[in-house]
Amino acid sequence: MSDIAKKEDLAKVDLNPPKKDWMDPKVEFKKGTYNYGSNPGSMKYLGMPFVRKLDPTAEDWELPENWKEIILEGLRDRIKKYRSLRIFMDCCVRCGACADKCHFFIGSGDPKNMPVLRAELLRSVYRKDFTTAGKLLGKMAGARELTVDVLKEWFFYFYQCTECRRCSVFCPYGIDTAEITMMGRELLHLVGVGIDWITTPASNCFRTGNHLGIQPHGFKDSVDFAVDDLEDLTGIRVDAPVNKKGAEILFVVPSADYFGDPHYFGFLGYLALFHEIGLDYTFSSYASEGGNFGLFHSSEMMKRLNAKIYAEAKRLGVKWIIGGECGHMWRVLHQYMDTMNGPADFLEVPKSPITGTTFEHAKSTKMVHICEFTADLIYNNKVKLDKSRNDHWKVTFHDSCNTSRAMGLVEEPRYIINNVCNNFWDMPENTIKEQTFCCGSGSGLGTDENLEMRMRGGFPRANAVKFVHEKHGVNLLSCICAIDKATLPPLMEYWVPGVEVGAVHELVGNAIVMKGEKRTTDLRSQPYETEEPEAEAVKAEEAN
Amino acid sequence: MNALLALFGVAILFVIAYLGVDVLGLHSLFGIVLPYAAIFLFLIGFVVRIFQWAKSPVPFRITTTSGQQKSLNFIKSNNLESPHNTTGVIGRMALEILFFRSLFRNTKAEVKENERIVYGPDKWLWAAALAFHWSFLIVFLRHYRFFAEPVPEFILKMQAVDGLFQVGTPIVFLTGLILLASVTFLFLRRVVLPQVRYISLLADYFALFVIMAIAISGLLMRHFYKVDIVGVKELAMTLVGFKPVVPEGIGFIFYVHLFFVCVLFAYFPFSKLMHLGGVFLSPTRNLANTNRIKRHINPWNYEVKTHTYEEYEDEFRDVMREAGLPLEKES
Repeated sequence: MSDIAKKEDLAKVDLNPPKKDWMDPKVEFKKGTYNYGSNPGSMKYLGMPFVRKLDPTAEDWELPENWKEIILEGLRDRIKKYRSLRIFMDCCVRCGACADKCHFFIGSGDPKNMPVLRAELLRSVYRKDFTTAGKLLGKMAGARELTVDVLKEWFFYFYQCTECRRCSVFCPYGIDTAEITMMGRELLHLVGVGIDWITTPASNCFRTGNHLGIQPHGFKDSVDFAVDDLEDLTGIRVDAPVNKKGAEILFVVPSADYFGDPHYFGFLGYLALFHEIGLDYTFSSYASEGGNFGLFHSSEMMKRLNAKIYAEAKRLGVKWIIGGECGHMWRVLHQYMDTMNGPADFLEVPKSPITGTTFEHAKSTKMVHICEFTADLIYNNKVKLDKSRNDHWKVTFHDSCNTSRAMGLVEEPRYIINNVCNNFWDMPENTIKEQTFCCGSGSGLGTDENLEMRMRGGFPRANAVKFVHEKHGVNLLSCICAIDKATLPPLMEYWVPGVEVGAVHELVGNAIVMKGEKRTTDLRSQPYETEEPEAEAVKAEEAN
Repeated sequence: MNALLALFGVAILFVIAYLGVDVLGLHSLFGIVLPYAAIFLFLIGFVVRIFQWAKSPVPFRITTTSGQQKSLNFIKSNNLESPHNTTGVIGRMALEILFFRSLFRNTKAEVKENERIVYGPDKWLWAAALAFHWSFLIVFLRHYRFFAEPVPEFILKMQAVDGLFQVGTPIVFLTGLILLASVTFLFLRRVVLPQVRYISLLADYFALFVIMAIAISGLLMRHFYKVDIVGVKELAMTLVGFKPVVPEGIGFIFYVHLFFVCVLFAYFPFSKLMHLGGVFLSPTRNLANTNRIKRHINPWNYEVKTHTYEEYEDEFRDVMREAGLPLEKES
């Protein structure tokens, strides 16, 4: 945080574009606004082409000689394979409705972060090589030659888009910038241009089953550690099986849940809940990652990583699958998994063994979101909850981009929160639900080297949190996304000190009354009755 | 700059019409050949483009959901914003196409002092776009009166409503004025709003200017420079009957109007105006959010290289055994 500008200065954003014509592709790779190139070892492990260490700031990117042909051929191929791409290339009328809907534009004022221009970066090349008008009239028709500078510009701006799809809610034709960015990134990968924060996690995940590269024994240790921790906190020893054949349910979480902070408290929440209802489930070390950084690479990489979930469900002989709290993971599970790696005809239509509810809405994919599962438990009174144990939290909820705009999972988490805590306030209407603002670090952009851009991109989210923080004293930003839980804490620290970040199932874990428990603290080992003013004072001191 | 170039382009088109009709007297060219050519280009171009779109597959169901999914019985789902069946999709598409649902959501973000961002409703674009498209559609349909004898009842009724205020002789049609006003607004917003000006291409202005020219020449012809309306109808009727005859002395302004209409038709399929067709086919809008209910098929789904459990266990067998994890094979 030390080498980033003061928030007062970062917040001085001018949304008026500069004089310079956007068609000039020169970009400046300023420290804090871009991500490092992919690690050659990871590229090699994944079998990616043109392995080398890319330094984005270098003049020479050591592109293959025929890079231009490769990209144009790749574009031609994708136009044939994706109706979305073709229509999005042809249909935009540049009405500008999307312009100030992008968190990166609002936070940076850089006109090329307007979704319309981000798409024009690709569209201009499409016009030049794939449309008659562009071929004949060139710049007059909005067409541009593909040059190395254009390629660098693509790299810069396609990695300043978190594929959050907020713009597509506002576009009259539903043009989805995520789709454009995904295609742009796929094209860049064809010539060996990518960022390490998506390549190395993907490579780890391919090998060990999770992004962090935790090997099976390490995974087992993490789960056992959590079981010990939960025993210390509650006096109850729960069973958390790994790779157990014949369990009823396979439970897949993002790896940060058993490794990251504050994700971990949500993980304890899952364990407590599953124990209390006596669920017959298992984790898998092979499919120990629900998150899928392949989504940020290419559809092929997404499929390669995702394949493990069904394969493992089949091997273990489970009946159906539950997925933990994660945003982009659920984009893949909801919108891609069944198509890519289905049909899951070896599984059964999910039916809660506790309530008897059949999850008809997941009857093909056979995978249920933990919030759907838990909301159903609560509705059917299958768990005893003591809301007051969350009284030290004044809670708001951050909808993740993907659960809201790719699933429509909006009310389930709110239903849970309202049943496990007494103080809940939503943020202003145009910053939540389908209009939710991204954390600013999604789609593989959550690196330290990209900190300035993350703080800029997260500005609109933070601003909405600040609103409820000041109005209602909100001190907990709850969410259901692993990337959120990793990247919102520094965002809060920067823009809205005094607001913690936590999982929805952490709140569940606090509230759930377990038979025979001996508890005096919440899952963070904080006493239930935190003296709030004191805590605030400590926070203020820390901030100074 | 782009606006000026586009204006210049439209001015040249006007000069072409002037030279062609008034100086060279090429009435048949402008009255018969160009209209046929333009319609031909439009139809072929439109069909080809739609065909191109339709034949590219939709590999994934990438609905943009804008409301609550259908999941649990006690949670109310929103079938218009996150459709779970065909009815919902039709409803969503109808709201989008007829009433521009998404534009209605539009807001304006402003970054204020003290690290504050505020969002205000911004319905101007929605209102202008709706006024523009609806009035254009009605004006277009009204013209059917030139191509049919007797004029169908619904056209007459539409005209009666359109001329409700009974101002002027001939009566002023409201939609004509709304069309001109809204297209002018859309142009002004393009030059006045800095962000929109920045993204505007020559093509964006060109389309607006051509439509403006059509509206202006139409209004002039109806209210100021009278043309031989009987002659116009005769030409129109013979054109649709494929026995075209150009009557004498219709009036120059008519040919200008017709020429710009031809330009618009011919230009249409090669331009962003194809959003008329694209809006129906956009995969984020016209697919139901039934991803987990019904498997969506990707026609080009292919096998990929994965890391199988067997490979994984082979690599980690020893540490797995030590950690007490069950194994498929002991060695």
